[in-house]
Formats: sequence, C-alpha cells, structure tokens
Amino acid sequence: MIEIRFHGRGGQGAVVASKILADAAFREDNDVQAFPYFGVERRGAPVTAFTKIDNKHIRNKAMIYQPDYVIILEASLISAVNVTEGLKENGLVLVNTRDDPDEVAERLGVKRAACIDATQVAIDNKLGSKFQPIVNTAIVGAFAKVSGVVKKESVVDAILTLPRYAERNAQAARDAYDRVKVSGGA
Amino acid sequence: MVKELLTGNKATAYGAMLARAQVIPAYPITPQTTIVERIADLISEGRMEAKFVKVESEHSAMAAAVAACNTGARAFTATSSHGLALMHEVLMWAAGARTPVVVVNVNRAMGPPWSVWADHQDAMAERDTGIIQFWCENNQEILDTVIMAHKVAEDPDIMLPALINQDAFFLSHTSEPVDVPDQEMVDRFLPPFNPKEKLDVDDPKGFGSLVMPPQYMEFRAKMAKSMDMARDLIRKVDREWEELTGRSYGGMMDMYRCDDAEFILFGAGTMMSTAKDVVDDMRNEGRKVGIARLRILRPFPFEEVRYLADRVKAIGVMDRTYTFGQGGPLYNEVNAQLYNHTNPPFTKNYVIGVGGRDVIPRHIRSLFDDLEKVQENGYGEEGEIHWWGLLDGSTPKEEM
Repeated sequence: MIEIRFHGRGGQGAVVASKILADAAFREDNDVQAFPYFGVERRGAPVTAFTKIDNKHIRNKAMIYQPDYVIILEASLISAVNVTEGLKENGLVLVNTRDDPDEVAERLGVKRAACIDATQVAIDNKLGSKFQPIVNTAIVGAFAKVSGVVKKESVVDAILTLPRYAERNAQAARDAYDRVKVSGGA
Repeated sequence: MVKELLTGNKATAYGAMLARAQVIPAYPITPQTTIVERIADLISEGRMEAKFVKVESEHSAMAAAVAACNTGARAFTATSSHGLALMHEVLMWAAGARTPVVVVNVNRAMGPPWSVWADHQDAMAERDTGIIQFWCENNQEILDTVIMAHKVAEDPDIMLPALINQDAFFLSHTSEPVDVPDQEMVDRFLPPFNPKEKLDVDDPKGFGSLVMPPQYMEFRAKMAKSMDMARDLIRKVDREWEELTGRSYGGMMDMYRCDDAEFILFGAGTMMSTAKDVVDDMRNEGRKVGIARLRILRPFPFEEVRYLADRVKAIGVMDRTYTFGQGGPLYNEVNAQLYNHTNPPFTKNYVIGVGGRDVIPRHIRSLFDDLEKVQENGYGEEGEIHWWGLLDGSTPKEEM
C-alpha cells in the first residue's frame, strides 16, 4: 500500500487534492481511500488529508502514521506542524515553495524532497485569487511527476471531472508536472 | 453496475435515490450535512423524483417522515448525534405507528465536551425505541444497506422503522470505490412501498389514537413479534442481495475467520474493518483469531452470538461508547445472551476509540494479546471493563 499525507490550510484544497489523487489512482484500477482529518472547519486552520492506494482491497480505516509521501500545500506549515512525522526512511516530501529542493531536504532532515512553486502556477492559471491561490491541482500534477505513482493523464482526467474551471486546473497540473524539481539534481 | 469514488455521505444519497425514496424531510448537522446537500442536488438535477421538505429541526424531520409514510410514501431521512437524540420521541412514534421510515445516522459523539467525531453513543441510546438497527463498515455497505433496509422495514410482517449507522468521517467523509447498482436491478429487488393502511382524506381513518389498557399491551406484543420476525427476513434479504450483486454482509452478523477461532473480537463499525487486516496477519503467525462484526443491533443476533459462544475460548467486546454505570452497551448485549447458555466463554469489555480516537492495527493486536492473557490468568488490575488507551497509564504506553 502507498500512503500519502497532505498538509494544507483550510481553503487551500488539501481535501480535494487527496480526492483527485485517489481518483487518478482509481482510474488506473487501484483500490483507494481519500479522507480528511479536520480540526475545526475554518479558513487558514491546518488541515490534514490522506490518500491510500493499493492493488488489493483496502480494509484498514485508520489514519496514516507512516506515510510514503508527504505533500505540503503551504511552506509556513513546516514550522507549525510536525510535517515529517513518521515519514518512511526513503519517503519523499513535496513542498509548495520557490526554494531549492536540496536545501529543503536538509532543512526538513529528509533524504528526498521535491519543490514546486504551485502558488505561481495557480496564479498563472487564474485559480483562486492572488492572495489566496488554489494550489491543490498543481501540486497533484507535480506529485505525479516526482512519485510515478500515477500518470499525468490520470491526474488530468480526474481534474477534468471538477465542476468548475476544470481546464484551467488541468493546465495547472500539466505546468507543475513540467516544472517540479527534486533534490539530488534529478 | 458502475464503480464510482464515493464518500459515505454520497453513497447514502445514492442509496436513497436508487431506493426511490419519495419524501425526504431533513435537517443538516455535521458530519451528515453533505447527505442532505447531495440529495437536494439529485432532486434539483432531476435524477431523483422526491419531495424535499425543509424543516426546522430533526424532531420535525422525523415527524414529517412518519406522516409521509402514513400516506403510503417511501420516506427517508438522515441525521447524526444530537440530531438523532432530538428525534428520539418520534423514533418511538415511528415504531409504534408501524411507519417504516429509513434513517441514516452518522455516528458522532454526544456533547459536551463538544465533538463531531466518531462514537456510537447516539445510536446505542436508541436501542429501546423499536427501530431496526443496521451497522456498516464501508461505503458499499451503506449504499447497499439503504436499499436492503427499505425492503426489510416495509415488509408487511415487519412495518418498523430502520436506522443505518455509519462512522463519522471514517466513512461519512472518506472516498472509496463503490459499485452503484443499476436502477433497473434495484427496482426488481425493491418493489414500491404499498402499505395496507394509508392516510387518505377521502377515506378517513384514525392513526395512533388512544387505546385502553386492555389493547395497548396487544399492540406492543405485535411490535415485539415483528421485530423478532425481522431476523429471518434480514438473512433472506441478504441472500437475495448476494444473488444479485455478489455481496453479502453475513445476514445477522458478519463473521470473519471465526470458524476455528479461539479468540474473537466483537464490535461495530469501521474499527472492525481495520481489525480484519490484523486477523489476517495474526492468522499467518498461527494465532486462532477472528472478528465478529455487529451488522444488526436490533433485533439482536442472539443465535449468532451463541453459535460463537459454543466454539471459542473468549470474546473481547469492543465498545466505541459507554453505558454509564453499566459497562459498554455491546458488552451488556453479548453477556445477556450467554447467561442462560451452557458453558459460556470468557468475556471482557474494551472501551476504545471513543469520540473519534483512531483505532489502529497495533491496538487490535494488543486487545487479542490481552484477551488471551486474561482468559488464562483472570482479569488483571484493570478488571473486567478496560478503557483502552487512557492517559492515566492503565494501558502499556507501547500499546497505545
């Protein structure tokens, strides 16, 4: 089973991101689960969401404590939440930031990090406002590239079912797929 | 059949749509709200032919559902926690009036302290109302059960309301693949609701009026009989559903690897789904363990509990709530079936996961280890009822 934990703030779309990723994996004939762990439902509050992907039926309904991947929709959460808690030794952290992935890997004390300026990608594609861009579709596009867990096409197909701005969101995923950088120069 | 990624709440709404519920009086409450929203969407999109009734409270929601049922309409509603508590009086009415309203309850803790997370207190408090109770472990089961519950509840021999339980967030807000059956197949399975007696202004009759002491007891005995008859019908409906879809929920109880098991954990909801994974792991290590998942709370599956009692060394009963002053509710229910039974197995109560605490595989393993130990050596310091994982040190830290 592949387990992915999302950290975002209320209003950024972490919960929808967990569902888009699950939907993409589901399109590739996997069993999946996507679910949020809400604190209080309000804008700006830290939100955690989970996606589980497996090629056999998933019965485990517990939250994720040892993720293979951690996806951080906003870099400021790094100082607010223990984002790397339980991360598997060879796990990867994907962060929405302009910073260099080698530097981020060192700062977080992890072996592998990937960085995407999803905020810029969202603004370029007119998703949300300049002050509150919706970065979730961009970050899932970046995740497809750095993890190889799902194909870009599956992510795009999942996004195209969104009720609003589907094409702009799909383009954000494609852009982020092309621009994401991984530590170690990969 | 189409597989779709659905939350428990969306699966609930699809179940109501496929069951062709005709009247939906509902009041929103976290974490049930998206059920109400989704049903309203399905009606406005023209995918569901039903009357949506906006009401000012859950009490009114249930009252409107009962009235709709009285006129011969199929009525459905959904609620959670304090909303179900507010329905309490009308649940009693629905049962006594023999109106088979189907209610989905998203199991959530009762406040205070305020909590929106998974807990079974809300439904356990309704055990005595005369409502049939189904319990689910995944979203497929929720969708299927909404359809099956209508069939059971509306049967002329039964005519009792039904409550379907699904864990807050662990199901209500979790997306997973769900087979959405064809409408045509569901229509074959579930005929239109057509009660013998209907409220009709052109043919006035009295419903729920005063009876004198000689009659009242007769009515209650008939209710009791119908509730008991529901056991066989639930098993039959489960078999019919399996023939159509390939999916069975075990009839009255979901027994997983219980056949040659020596140690059983019994409980309800999503934590038992997680527990099945642990059973597979422990079976691989040669441990004879199994899971008995509560599928039906009312009528209680006494035959199934006694069947297990004849075969196992010990039953650990997991309760995601508590009956203050009298142990966990399921523990009481199970023990009550064993007193008049020869050679009852050892039982112990584990109160766990209360108020949304996550129940993880390690906990399940610890419970099996503990159960084996106490069966051998007797209840330890923690006694017969163990609140598992309290911060007071009563549970070994490494097992929390």
